[in-house]
Amino acid sequence: MSTLKPSLSDKDHIQASESATVEIVEFGDYECPYCGDAYPIVKEIQETFGDQISFAFRNFPLQEAHPFAFPAALAAEAAAVQGKFWEMHDALYDNQHRLAEDIFTELAETIGLDLEKFEKDSQSEEIKQKVDSDFESGVRSGVNGTPSFYVDGTKFDGGVLDLYQMLKESAE
Amino acid sequence: MLEKGSKAPDFELNATPDQKIKLKDFKGKNVILAFYPADWSPVCSDQMALYNEMLNYFSKYDAQILGISVDSVWCHLAFSGDRKLHFPLLADFEPKGEVSKAYGVYDEETGESKRALFVIDNEGEIAWSYLSPTAVNPGADGILDALEEIKKK
Repeated sequence: MSTLKPSLSDKDHIQASESATVEIVEFGDYECPYCGDAYPIVKEIQETFGDQISFAFRNFPLQEAHPFAFPAALAAEAAAVQGKFWEMHDALYDNQHRLAEDIFTELAETIGLDLEKFEKDSQSEEIKQKVDSDFESGVRSGVNGTPSFYVDGTKFDGGVLDLYQMLKESAE
Repeated sequence: MLEKGSKAPDFELNATPDQKIKLKDFKGKNVILAFYPADWSPVCSDQMALYNEMLNYFSKYDAQILGISVDSVWCHLAFSGDRKLHFPLLADFEPKGEVSKAYGVYDEETGESKRALFVIDNEGEIAWSYLSPTAVNPGADGILDALEEIKKK
């Protein structure tokens, strides 16, 4: 059974309340259509289960298959420097159909980032290393495609709908 | 299926219509053999696409990855071009499945290779092997763990 390596830390982007009892981690690619399809369902899971679940996202950009996946991951991490990771994460998936080189600045402006800082951070070695280290953690954790989900540190064998179903059943 | 500790059988297969690759060519390097059922089928594509993203991780361990299926060189060329793969796909085409059979991973019923991974060390010995359910992409964590073990030796 594949497990999450390394476990979540303060370097991760986590949406959680203190009462959360189930930890979900997604490895995703902003250009991957399956991740785009999973995005609204993850939102629905978060709405349905509220405080019971925590949700974290790690980057797993398939650069050869998706030319904008890596720059998109950099944009999300650069937004995180200004405390707006999730705003950028959502904006990227909401605009997945028109991902292109020139979209990142536009999205950064929409969510109210300091643009100059955003541009600089998007190109920094530190941000690049964050995305690379997320990718490596995915490889080590047995990610075999995107999206891949981990529930309480163990690879979940199924898609987002299976995940939703499993959570519903365990809540009953 | 050949297991850890066996000598890896040598082979010579076409990677392109005019290029043959021998296992022996990689003596002194670690080699990853990824047998898979067929070009173009969705799961394999994901598997090969994943390995394609990982070439720099493999090279850190001085390892070369080779994909092998019973598809012909022309099929491999088209598939590899379409997915922009940067590692060789070998055609176990004539005699069909001969190398897959030598490694014990030929499926007689479907006439395809099974989905199997071998990590061969720099002395030509199998250091790790894994047979995956055909419908499941086995990922790469097992490969990296095996390469890590070799490095420790």
